Amino acid sequence: MDFELNDDERSLQEGIRSFLTGRCTIDVVRSNEETGGALDRALWQELGAVGVFSLRADGFGMTESVLAFEELGRSLVAGPLVASHLAATRMPAAANGSRIVGLIEPSEPVNIAEHLASLDDLVVVRPEGLFVVNPAEVVGVHAERPLDALTPITAVSHLPQGELIADAATAHIWHRDGMVLTAALQLGLCLASIDLAKQYAMQREQFGRPIGSFQAVKHLLADMLTKAEVTRAAVYAAAVNIDGRGDSTDLMQTARMAKMLAGDSALFCGKAGIQVHGGMGFTWEVDAQRYWKRACVLDTHFGNSDEHAAAFSAAL
Amino acid sequence: MDLQFTDAENSFRLKLRDWLSSVIPQLPHEPHRNDWIGRREYDSMWQRMLFDAGFAGINWPREYGGLGATPTEHLIFLEETERARAPYVGQNFVGLLHAGPTLITEASAEQKAFHLPAILKGEHIWCQGFSEPGAGSDLASLSCRAIRDGDDYVINGQKIWTSFGHTADYCEMLVRTDTDVPKHRGITWLIVPMGLPGMDVRPLRTLEGSTEFCEVFFDEVRVPVANRVGDENDGWRVAMVTLSFERGTAFVSEMLQSMELARDLAQLAKRITRNGVTAWDDAGLRRDIGRICAELDALWALTKRNISQAQRTGLVGPGGNVFKLAYAELRTRLGELAMHLLDRASLSIDDIGDLPTHAHVHGRIHALSLGIAAGTSQVQRNIVAERILGLPKER
Repeated sequence: MDFELNDDERSLQEGIRSFLTGRCTIDVVRSNEETGGALDRALWQELGAVGVFSLRADGFGMTESVLAFEELGRSLVAGPLVASHLAATRMPAAANGSRIVGLIEPSEPVNIAEHLASLDDLVVVRPEGLFVVNPAEVVGVHAERPLDALTPITAVSHLPQGELIADAATAHIWHRDGMVLTAALQLGLCLASIDLAKQYAMQREQFGRPIGSFQAVKHLLADMLTKAEVTRAAVYAAAVNIDGRGDSTDLMQTARMAKMLAGDSALFCGKAGIQVHGGMGFTWEVDAQRYWKRACVLDTHFGNSDEHAAAFSAAL
Repeated sequence: MDLQFTDAENSFRLKLRDWLSSVIPQLPHEPHRNDWIGRREYDSMWQRMLFDAGFAGINWPREYGGLGATPTEHLIFLEETERARAPYVGQNFVGLLHAGPTLITEASAEQKAFHLPAILKGEHIWCQGFSEPGAGSDLASLSCRAIRDGDDYVINGQKIWTSFGHTADYCEMLVRTDTDVPKHRGITWLIVPMGLPGMDVRPLRTLEGSTEFCEVFFDEVRVPVANRVGDENDGWRVAMVTLSFERGTAFVSEMLQSMELARDLAQLAKRITRNGVTAWDDAGLRRDIGRICAELDALWALTKRNISQAQRTGLVGPGGNVFKLAYAELRTRLGELAMHLLDRASLSIDDIGDLPTHAHVHGRIHALSLGIAAGTSQVQRNIVAERILGLPKER
């Protein structure tokens, strides 16, 4: 048993991080807000070239994929990353980023699609199978003020049935793998929230000293890190289980564990990050809000943490 | 990354499992929880059985009679003994996991030759005299005084939280030998035989009513200088060496118990009825149990990460503090949920009304100690914030 990153895993993760810190700086992310969150096709193709969509199509496992997705989450990269990654094994154009593939799991009471205007293909994940829909044929109302400015949404009033491309078993696996990949994005959000809050706490002075020297602030940051590290263990465990190198064969249950932990932790770290920033945390110009908003978006993907807690109990 | 055991690890597991299945059914009944003399005999018997079978000192180096097992093998040992419902380390805890490893690293050849085999065989029980009424989180401020007088140290003062102080043979003890230097530099580590003239051991009842803790009072107690481990005034370093023996396995048995207890709670909820419906019919309760069970599974994964890190580097690192913080909180939530579920049955610490009340209420009470013992959660948070995140010290 060695539940630590090996050298190959570490260098793969560092490679993705180094690409993202150079290419997807927070300024790039912010500037995307001015275009209403429309996805940058050039960036999408670069992400494809780096391999974030094709990792598993290229023979890597879920383990490497969550390491990459942790970095995508940390850099706040927006768009249907998980969908394009899941689609890559059956749609080569998704693998290299030349087509942007999104997905939707029909939701109630409102059926919400994301990034609809930027998509080339939309995969509808239904219990009975996967269906491909032309996004242009989806009818709905575009929300003027999405909670996350980088995740434009549409309230769908008509979703075509689409063309069946895979059976119920595959849809089930997409849902399961989607949970784990999303959990990795949420883990990255936690880590980015902590980094930002830590920097601020060390630099911001009140009462004549850095606020990070006060135990009240320290303990909040310690709680953020604690939640992030427990989440990391959960996400990595779910991933190695899927790769057949784990300690459980109940892959759905460990995927739920990861998604539940990651959902709760990302929301906690997001709000605590805002709190550490005080008044400035409530402003648009400080990025703390961006991590919290993305955490709100991702919690709704593939079932929120409450749903997974309930589903987890059903197997007890 | 992987979570799978190697062939060698699996064969170690099978060998241990075979042995456990042959000896466990023959064990006598466990003594009553407050029968400390009886428990000492029981724990010593079990330690002797482990020794005779070649499983004693799982984490001790081979040259000192231990098994020299890896952290992963230690995990397997704890998994298998828990699975077999084997006795716990009990009163051998301090000797095997604290004083013994310290002696291995710091003691003289003569001290090692005398003490180590006796600990391994369960012949000597050790206790710990570190904390004092005035030195808890700030341990280095301890004031129990030892003054050199010829070939002896003369000790005056008080120690507290001394588990098994009334049954132990030896005490690993920190004393103040210099009051004129910064607090960390005037401390000495001593081997103190229990029962010396001038020592008074008094039980300290916990809030649960049990008496494993003692207070130990010292009035002109003479301990030979030959019982010192390490140099005079170098005791803080000697004591800190012990901390480096933790391999991420400290809470393995407890974690396994908690995971089982949480799942038992789900089954209990399915048969407890109130107003004509089972507790399990409450979606909120199901969600709470699901959340706690999933979080326990995640902490189990973190345990394996910490053990893997120890296997690679010899140290658990920050994951240990993170684990303890998260576990203390989660164990509390599990206990609180169980008490809500049991409702008025939770007012008994022992089983009542055919319900497994003891496990849940005792567990809830135990959780109160988790956020206090071995570094309070507040101190743990300071450590995480300062040593991992690099935030500035308050002073």
